[in-house]
Amino acid sequence: MLSLVEIKYMIEARNITKRFESGDSVLMALDNISFKVETGEFVAITGRSGSGKSTLMYQLGLLDHPTSGDILLEGEKVTDVGADRQTRIRLNSLGYVFQDYALIPELTALENVLLPLMMQGLNKEVALAKAENSLERIGLKERMDHLPSQLSGGQQQRVSIARAVAHDPKIIFADEPTANLDSESSALVLQNFLSLNAKGQTIMMVTHEPEYAKMAHRVITLGDGKIISDIRNK
Amino acid sequence: MPKKTSVLRSASLGFFLAYRQVRRSSVATTALIVFVMTLTFLNLVVVRGVLVGLIQGSTDVYKKYYAGDIIISNLPKKDYIQNSTNIESIVEGLPWVESYTPRYVQGGKIEAEYKTKLRETDASNEANGLVTGIDPAKEDATTHLSSKIVEGEYLTTSDTDSVILGSNLLKKYTNVEAPGLLLLERVNIGDKVRLTIGENMREVTVKGFIQTKTDADQRIFMLDSTLRNLIGRGDFNVDEISIKLKPNTDVFLAKSALLKSGVGETARVQTADEALPSFLIDIKNTFGLLGNVVGSIGLVVASITIFIVIFINAITRRKYIGILKGIGISSSAIEFAYVIQSMFYALLGIIFGMAILYGVMVPYINVHPIKFPFSDGILVAELSSTLIRAGLLLIATLIAGYIPARIVVKQNTLDAILGRN
Repeated sequence: MLSLVEIKYMIEARNITKRFESGDSVLMALDNISFKVETGEFVAITGRSGSGKSTLMYQLGLLDHPTSGDILLEGEKVTDVGADRQTRIRLNSLGYVFQDYALIPELTALENVLLPLMMQGLNKEVALAKAENSLERIGLKERMDHLPSQLSGGQQQRVSIARAVAHDPKIIFADEPTANLDSESSALVLQNFLSLNAKGQTIMMVTHEPEYAKMAHRVITLGDGKIISDIRNK
Repeated sequence: MPKKTSVLRSASLGFFLAYRQVRRSSVATTALIVFVMTLTFLNLVVVRGVLVGLIQGSTDVYKKYYAGDIIISNLPKKDYIQNSTNIESIVEGLPWVESYTPRYVQGGKIEAEYKTKLRETDASNEANGLVTGIDPAKEDATTHLSSKIVEGEYLTTSDTDSVILGSNLLKKYTNVEAPGLLLLERVNIGDKVRLTIGENMREVTVKGFIQTKTDADQRIFMLDSTLRNLIGRGDFNVDEISIKLKPNTDVFLAKSALLKSGVGETARVQTADEALPSFLIDIKNTFGLLGNVVGSIGLVVASITIFIVIFINAITRRKYIGILKGIGISSSAIEFAYVIQSMFYALLGIIFGMAILYGVMVPYINVHPIKFPFSDGILVAELSSTLIRAGLLLIATLIAGYIPARIVVKQNTLDAILGRN
């Protein structure tokens, strides 16, 4: 018997277009992109430099607004909900790992991880416990009182991952998380992602490294703002 | 446990961010900002305080060394206070009167070197002043005149032929050249001088010089009995009565009581403030206005200083503001952080400023007043007025801290993270 229940995807891009205009010149960064991501998927977005992969990540992560098209998070349209609502969605449902770690320099590792939890209004004990647990999960509990400047690049990126997952987001966006790291640190960071994904965490990761993309369930390759391929890894 | 409300969350996180940012920022930078805020606060309070203090110093000595709290004088068109003895009895009987001093006052001339003058047409070494007859003990109890003796000694009841000269009659204390202004030269303690009041003339000895920086410096003080005999005032009617009230007595209630007792029928009763020379009141008002204008400019400068400090801080941290917004921290929490930081700098500046003001400047200037020809300037810094100015500075800081934070926070999140303009 055919089920009439509509499947709610974790995230869905519907005809996303992003155009940059400067004077008379127009750059089509994303050209009518559509795809769906299921809960628990680990999706790698790859492509050459300038292919639009980071731009796509910013649209999906609600850090930017597409010129046209819609983004749905668990079936809810989140493209035009207003800045405050988008901020709340980013706080409660999304986690970010940036290429340059994006830690606040005057906050310790623990305090950086605490930020979203405090903003959620959790009481101090609960927030501290979650933050410590999050750092423990990525193997950095012993460095939690260190400032970012006292940590290596790889450690900073792992703190960034701990901050991204501490508030139990529905989806994590990682933008070239290994770009500034050596191979050993990169492997450790990817190991963290795989471990989180194994526990059901949905992850979307932009990378230009084919070997890292292969570790994901699915690889979406972009070229000139369009999807060239969308392949599921075995 | 229930979650905090949105505003409380933003405030709490704002405080957290501000505290960490200040605590882990460069000590030198924080010290510099606080130093600027301290100077700004002092500029706000001290410039006005000195301006007002110049005149306040003048009015204070006017009360202290001449007028007392209340001064009784003759009615217009009357030469002296009628029924003076009766009025003195009333004053003496009032419980809140600490002391009073009746004075005889007549215009007169003092002349030195009259014995060595070769010809009648030679210029006289003379000065005009108000000859004031006093009871030395009553005068000193009321106006502490003896404390203002700068040379020689104060009068005693046995000094029937002695005078004390005000510094404005003496060239050595009043180095002013003006057409028609006569000043005594080469007069020393113990010299014989000639006192002339109308047709009456008397040789007296200079016993002392006083300098109060009030109208008293224009006077020639002598015993009341001597002056009374000289001018033939046998009815004991005096020209002025200065009254000093007991501490915490309401001067207006005291004046009102004097008027009710009938003193006003034969004399004019004024508080010391009411009796101030009108030019002094005009200068006081003008300096007060000037002080407020300078203070307002100081407030604007303080606001701009804080604006620049916070704006530069926020601009240089634009990327981190973008990151905070990116991970879901509300704009209001970030704005709170900057407002709290600016308030912190202002508060520290105010605390240090007040410590310097009340711990150093006010006590120092009280002991070493600012010397001006017409007054010994003090620093007027009433706590209530200082707190109002501190409050105004905090409000200005709050606004000046909020606006730049708002400008930077309002920028596009992604542009801020990526450092794009």
